[in-house]
Amino acid sequence: MPTYQLKVNGETKSVDVSEDTPVLWVLRDHLDMVGTKFGCGIGQCGACTIHVDGTAMRSCSLTLAQLDGKSITTIEGLSEDGTHPVQEAWKEVDVPQCGYCQAGQIMTASAFLEQNPNPTSEEIKNAMHGNICRCASYNRIHRAVEKAASNMS
Amino acid sequence: MSNPSIKFSRRAFMRTSSLAGGGMLIGFNLFNACKPKAAPPVDLAQLNYNDFNAFIKIADNGAVTIFSPNPEIGQGVKTSMPMIIAEELDVAWKDVHVAQGVLDTKNYTRQVAGGSQSIRHGWDALRQTGATAKQMLVNAAAAKWGVDPSECSVKEGVITNAAGASLGYGDVVKEAAQLEVPEDVVLKEPKSYTIIGQDVRNVDIDKITTGKPLYGLDYKEEGMVYASVARPPAFGQKLVSFDATEAKAMPGVIDVITIGDRARAHLNGENRNWSAILSDSDKVVVLATSTWQAMKAKKALKIVWEADNLESTEQHDKILLDLLDGNKFNTLRSDGNVKNAFANADTILERTYESPFLPHNCMEPMNFFANVTDEKIHLVGPVQTPASAADTVADMLGRDVEDIHLEMTRMGGGFGRRLYGDFVFEAAEISNAIKKPVKMVSSREDDMGTGVYRPAIKYRIKAAIKDGKLTAYHLKEAAINSNMYGLIPNFFPAGAIENYQVDAANYKSNITTGAWRAPYTNFLAFAEQSFFDELAEAMEVDRVQLRIDLLKKVDAAADENIQYDPDRMINVINTAVEKSGWGTQPKGVYQGFVNYYCHNTHVAEVANVEIENGKPVVKKVVCVVDCGIVVNPLGALNQIEGGVIDGIGHSMYGDFEFEAGSPKAKNFDRYRLLRMKEAPEVEVHLIQNELSPTGLGEPTLPPAGGAVANALKAATGKRIYQQPFLKNPELLEVPKEPIIG
Repeated sequence: MPTYQLKVNGETKSVDVSEDTPVLWVLRDHLDMVGTKFGCGIGQCGACTIHVDGTAMRSCSLTLAQLDGKSITTIEGLSEDGTHPVQEAWKEVDVPQCGYCQAGQIMTASAFLEQNPNPTSEEIKNAMHGNICRCASYNRIHRAVEKAASNMS
Repeated sequence: MSNPSIKFSRRAFMRTSSLAGGGMLIGFNLFNACKPKAAPPVDLAQLNYNDFNAFIKIADNGAVTIFSPNPEIGQGVKTSMPMIIAEELDVAWKDVHVAQGVLDTKNYTRQVAGGSQSIRHGWDALRQTGATAKQMLVNAAAAKWGVDPSECSVKEGVITNAAGASLGYGDVVKEAAQLEVPEDVVLKEPKSYTIIGQDVRNVDIDKITTGKPLYGLDYKEEGMVYASVARPPAFGQKLVSFDATEAKAMPGVIDVITIGDRARAHLNGENRNWSAILSDSDKVVVLATSTWQAMKAKKALKIVWEADNLESTEQHDKILLDLLDGNKFNTLRSDGNVKNAFANADTILERTYESPFLPHNCMEPMNFFANVTDEKIHLVGPVQTPASAADTVADMLGRDVEDIHLEMTRMGGGFGRRLYGDFVFEAAEISNAIKKPVKMVSSREDDMGTGVYRPAIKYRIKAAIKDGKLTAYHLKEAAINSNMYGLIPNFFPAGAIENYQVDAANYKSNITTGAWRAPYTNFLAFAEQSFFDELAEAMEVDRVQLRIDLLKKVDAAADENIQYDPDRMINVINTAVEKSGWGTQPKGVYQGFVNYYCHNTHVAEVANVEIENGKPVVKKVVCVVDCGIVVNPLGALNQIEGGVIDGIGHSMYGDFEFEAGSPKAKNFDRYRLLRMKEAPEVEVHLIQNELSPTGLGEPTLPPAGGAVANALKAATGKRIYQQPFLKNPELLEVPKEPIIG
């Protein structure tokens, strides 16, 4: 199996995996970083969202070859101590019910707020529409993104 | 009202012991299932819950650990149950560490997440436990000082006597553990609560927001292999043969095996159609060094399945309608004589309501870890019914249940799916066969395609009106596999109408069905509350007043099966009218009203629909809830908001049809779940009272679809009789001249 170099959360990692292995499973099974979640495997639910050079992407639908020379960030690396403004807002609002989708929600929200630090309510809804929360904590996700935006400004 | 002086037999649920490393351990049994002979554990490292199903540990330094007994599926009990103990123990919440309890099948049968019952069942015992521990600590301090315990007071883990001297819990814990357990402790009055009723964050919030391992899918052990299971792709099929040559040649693949013998041995010829794994067919299992390799190699298997009776939704629709037209019913409740009332009616209103199967779609797909060795069986993962899962595994593998050590992980959703332990049985059977630690992981397609579904159901409701009064109500249920259970036939409007009957019939299908968040009522409430709306129109009476007038006729005390409280129901209705501005909305806002009782909680909801770009949009739902004392308002509101939106989402979009024994949708590309832009704002109002608390995981979901359907009727003039609402998109079109609601 080919060896790949992967830059994740500021560290370069080396992994031997078959070339079609999705980044999601590289992270979870090979690098023991299980914060990125498996939900659907076809890019529909957003539970596996990571940042690729700052852009939110679905790690279940990415291969390592597509990440050559790029730098990825996972929920484990979003901040050193869990104090990224989006993480703080998530705690303040107490967003999670089961919590399983929340890493993906946080990664989508944090990339979005980097691009658009002062979003309207409609823009927040559009940005978060791709992430399913099966427990339907949508009201709180919305409030937490608003709060994070105001905390960051 | 709550009774602060309620007494328990201490023998039934409590023991204490000193810890070898210092400190004190108090065990209690929430469900009075304690076996008197078992000895209390004294070493936390060896903690196995042999005696009790929850523990408080107080260390020498005063640190308090509360072990939460019940599985956490997102309903918040891992936070709220320890809060109740901490309140009566009188410690500061910030000083409490919460840990998840594990299961020991030897003595327990009620570590279950289901039916919104954890708080309701635990309320008295959790308070009593905290209060008893506190009294023992006070007694120890009083003895040290040589004063009467009644002269001592406690605040946040510090005991103070009349002279002003004080001792921390840690200072007296060693002595307290040696004392007799007091029988007569006084519980706090609700008005003096300092933790119960406060907003407390999810105890796992830091781990969730930083991606720490928490869920079953995150669990790993050295030497663990991954398993992907090929189950019959259509219900009714069995394995004939397979060719694994290609799969075995793929990278990372360790082996391909079959399982099924153990499940069949356990079944012993019995047909248990609720469990997908416990069927006659063998399954083909790919074992690999990673999840991806296992899932990928499974797709390369060439499997021949033999078909028996492959069912379809088209077939079921006809069968269920035939059942409604026929006479193969069991009567579940009968008051008066509906037949006579219909014969004498001025007007009869009869409507039929239809709903599909629904998959649970927990965000965390089914998975489980098993390591079966000759010495023990180690099981780790997400399951709502750990005790029965362990029992089944023991029976399947011909082992003692004492050999099993089962750890519950936080669950990425439950919704009823994880009540069925098929994924535990599979993992155990695989590990038993290969003698290695294994993680069975289902793909989304496995989960949605070979699940345990909410059964498809049709209701027919018929009402008789005579001299402007409602004289009869006849509810018929035709369902796949099984019918409404327990006290559901006695829910409102039972007791309010002189001639009242509930009949149920079912069709036994190959498709596995089971509990789905608020079983049966999750569709029945839509049918009933839509019917009431139409009934009010037919009777030309106010739709809210119709409900109140009926509730006023109920004498709940006269019938032990009637457990809803008409006064509490009227109160939530009146509060919803007030808070939602019912009937006073500006032009262009169309409202729908519902009220409901299930899982011991009373609810009223008002949905607001507005027209945007020619389409009706659900903008807001006002939800009023009477669940008695609210233990954790922050968590409670999350459950309520989620329940309402989940109810609306599945009513609107939950389309799940079968064709040739297999669901048409197997992933989120074809199965639509409600997303952010479709989520209305939910405004919650909690009724304030001091009644014992009831659950919130389910009760707000069932009526939400009805609230929306009634609001859509007001907006479009069209009445919806079928879920999902999107099935008939023309019903969601607004006529050019909108009806003024």
